[in-house]
Amino acid sequence: MEWIDGWGLSLATLLPVVGAVVLMFLPSSRDSLIKWFGTLVAGVALIFGILVALRFDYGRTGEVQFEVFKEWIPQINANYHIGVDGLSLSLFVLSLLVSFLCMIYLWFHVPEPGKPKALMALVLLLETGMTGTFIALDLVLFFIFWEIVLVPMYFMIGIWGGPRREYAAVKFFLYTLFGSIFMLLAFLALWFNTGGAAGGTFDMIELQQRGIEASAMFRNLVFAGLFLGFAIKVPMWPFHTWLPDAHTEAPTVGSVLLAAIMLKMGTYGFIRIAFPILPEAAKDFAPLIGILAVISIIYGALCCYAQTDLKRLIAFSSVGHMGFVMLGLATLTNNGINGAIFGMVAHGLITGMLFFLAGSIHERYHTREISELGGMLAQIPKFGSIFTYAAIASLGLPGLAGFWGEMLALLGSYNPGAGLSEELFRALMVGGGIGTVLTAGYLLWTVQRVNLGRVPEKFAAGKGIFDVRPLEMWAWVPLLILIVAAGVYPKLVLSVTDGAVQNLVGMFG
Amino acid sequence: MNSPIDLHAITPELVLAGTACLVLIADLFLPEDGKWLAVPLSAAGLIGTLAAIVSLLGEHRITLDGSFEVNSFSLLFKGLFAIIGLFVLAISLDHFRDGKYYQGEYYFLMLCSLLGGFVIASSRDLISVFIAIELISIPAFVMTGLRKRDSRSNEAALKFFLFGVLSSAVMLYGMSLIYGFTGGLTNLGEISTALAGKADEPIVILSVFFIVVGFAFKISAVPFHFWAPDTYEGAPSPVAAFLSTSSKIGGFVGLLVLMYAAFPSVAEAWRPAFAALAILTMTVGNLIALRQRNIIRLLAYSGIAQSGYVLVTFALIDPNNLDVTRQAFQSALIYLAIYGVMDLGAFAAAVAFARKGGSYFIDDYSGLFQRNPALALMLAGFLISLAGAPPMAGMWAKLFVFLAALEAQSYILAIVMGINAVVAAWYYLAVVKRMFFEQPEAQEPVEVTNVLYAAMAVATVALLAFLPGINFLTEMVERSTPF
Repeated sequence: MEWIDGWGLSLATLLPVVGAVVLMFLPSSRDSLIKWFGTLVAGVALIFGILVALRFDYGRTGEVQFEVFKEWIPQINANYHIGVDGLSLSLFVLSLLVSFLCMIYLWFHVPEPGKPKALMALVLLLETGMTGTFIALDLVLFFIFWEIVLVPMYFMIGIWGGPRREYAAVKFFLYTLFGSIFMLLAFLALWFNTGGAAGGTFDMIELQQRGIEASAMFRNLVFAGLFLGFAIKVPMWPFHTWLPDAHTEAPTVGSVLLAAIMLKMGTYGFIRIAFPILPEAAKDFAPLIGILAVISIIYGALCCYAQTDLKRLIAFSSVGHMGFVMLGLATLTNNGINGAIFGMVAHGLITGMLFFLAGSIHERYHTREISELGGMLAQIPKFGSIFTYAAIASLGLPGLAGFWGEMLALLGSYNPGAGLSEELFRALMVGGGIGTVLTAGYLLWTVQRVNLGRVPEKFAAGKGIFDVRPLEMWAWVPLLILIVAAGVYPKLVLSVTDGAVQNLVGMFG
Repeated sequence: MNSPIDLHAITPELVLAGTACLVLIADLFLPEDGKWLAVPLSAAGLIGTLAAIVSLLGEHRITLDGSFEVNSFSLLFKGLFAIIGLFVLAISLDHFRDGKYYQGEYYFLMLCSLLGGFVIASSRDLISVFIAIELISIPAFVMTGLRKRDSRSNEAALKFFLFGVLSSAVMLYGMSLIYGFTGGLTNLGEISTALAGKADEPIVILSVFFIVVGFAFKISAVPFHFWAPDTYEGAPSPVAAFLSTSSKIGGFVGLLVLMYAAFPSVAEAWRPAFAALAILTMTVGNLIALRQRNIIRLLAYSGIAQSGYVLVTFALIDPNNLDVTRQAFQSALIYLAIYGVMDLGAFAAAVAFARKGGSYFIDDYSGLFQRNPALALMLAGFLISLAGAPPMAGMWAKLFVFLAALEAQSYILAIVMGINAVVAAWYYLAVVKRMFFEQPEAQEPVEVTNVLYAAMAVATVALLAFLPGINFLTEMVERSTPF
């Protein structure tokens, strides 16, 4: 199995895009062939991902493993440089897993206007972009993977989306494009700072080692560019307004992929690029990030109370949960950043699951209006229990995955690192703590309104309302198991991240 | 003087000229419904020239008393012209066969115009540059007017002709001033030496100004662009495709040759003019493109804006900083090569759509994805590439020019370029949005011929392959240093 060391990452990343191209050439009429093929491609990519995870040396999580370095564009010194370490491994595997589960989900649930072939090809293309972002160690390569994600999601929302799909698709596209232009400018600034055409580098590892020698002003400007690009993707308040629209209008698999993986690209950008390359600027920005994060937490939670659409509610809950991730990062401590990565994985599992459920509720009841739903637990008990389970995981119940990310982020802000103001971060901790209470409140209220109570009259006949289908179960069981596994045994994630996080925290001095 | 001619060095031109003559003669003997056979004949000739070009790869030859140089720069563009020629043949085949007009003449004229492109890539002499640029233009005037009974085609041809002749006259006037000022020199290298340190001579400035204005017409730079949209719209669409790629790139090659070989020593005199020209061309082209309702006019204005990005590179030339100059030069080559492919692809898609079941109106593109998914996907790819977004190679074209501008510390140009790229993305994506997100008004399927499918597929694959494979192009360009 030694070939995995050199090829595993590339195969897992590039196989989906090749599969997408092949898929385009299959005849549209052969429905099951298309579905088998798409699922198979995503499945094989996942197997490569699992093999990588199995061969990963968990004793050296702080080092880049499975590294591949191939010359690519020597004129600008951009290289095909990929690898995984503790920061990226879990996200890499998670994106392969969720993409595969989405393919299974697509077996029985292709939204209007049909065309499973095109939709599956887009999911595969998206998969390449997402996994590529998590393994790229070169800024140009990172940028390309980052941008590749944009196009399929734009089409996914615009073609298969809800009633306001056009508006949502364009808003999503322009917002993210706007951010990535600033991100690109920051990348170029780093390149010119290290020598431009004469010896400049786009290599993340090399940039870390060389350090950026420049005025604090320059470093902060570059960090601001990176911050804009990443914060829009996360998204942090006040850059979040694209998210509720995109999430609500996107088809189920689109929402799942957006929530579970794409948002993490932003937070990952902070820990992979912005923090390690510009640790000084990170210290200057940490209070601002922390404040915005807590605003996101409380604002996201309050917005949830005002939502009438279940999917939009889950979308706003993402703003809050990603706020916890950003708060963890802003503390610049071991606990905080470990918690942040844990939070990313947990949010990917739980919110991905919730969006699956929201899609399936819409399929059954043809509405997502919370006021019209009710009594799900009585009518379809298995489905209702899964919904309760996911909602409770989302509110951060100890023993389930949602707990650790929030707990560690708050713990980190009690004692922020790198000489950050204790007063400020303790105040932020209190803010975050209030956020957890608010979060618990709206999720329990939602469970109460949707799951409990009496079945509304118009659904009482139960026509078209059926319990969990076997294929749905297949798509969901892995997420359900991982949610409890990561909750009971957090070392599952933390043992992977800890070594790499220690290196990162070491840079803040 | 009369040294022997290096025949190997001019084989590509010989093969192409021979093919052109053969096409013209064959046309006399072909029956009316067999006239389209000129297409495979021309294609075979172009493939022959490609073989000749490949046989010269890596060579460096100078012949015809120093007025003709073969190096990787000229071979790169000859190859590009031959490939553009093949594309245009593919776009033209059914258009002209169905229209049944002047097929033999058309292909002959097109090959002649391509020959002009070949010659200009190798010209190192004022006279041969001028002859080559005329060889590009004059057949194009006639090609534009081929739809004789269509008044818009006539208008297009006349407009193009008058502007073209005017620009040639202005250019020639500038060249004659240089000829007189340098005491009778025509060789570009010698002119460059003679002009060293003469950057503030009014007559030098004036003559360079005339020459640049002449070329500005050819490449339709603002404010010398008025003819282009009308001409493209009135001309048969394959001819518009030809004009916006081969003819425009030909103009740029001439400009590259003159600016880098003849006038680098007086760069400080003309560099600011190019900066102004670039800013105007990018901005005006993009702003007017926003309001277009006809796809050909949209492509015409977007092509004007695309010229603006190439013009940026001319504003970066700095004789005292070779690194910057080389980067500017190379980014121009990369831009032109990628632009040629993506623009032709977009034109091919427009022609394909208008041919059966569609029209040239952007409104009719609504819901194309449901009527013909393959066509919609490929056109979306070309438009995304023109917009400069991944995953298409157009991204590299913009990125390299942008990098060169930053390297030269021309931040204003870089910023204007960045803003323009965003404005342009808006109107390209508006078409994409229309094709994918809106409901079609007509339901009949859009049929596309296999030749057009093949041409578009090749362009799509090339644009996708250059995303990871840009190295192939940069390496080729790397060997083409500024003269």
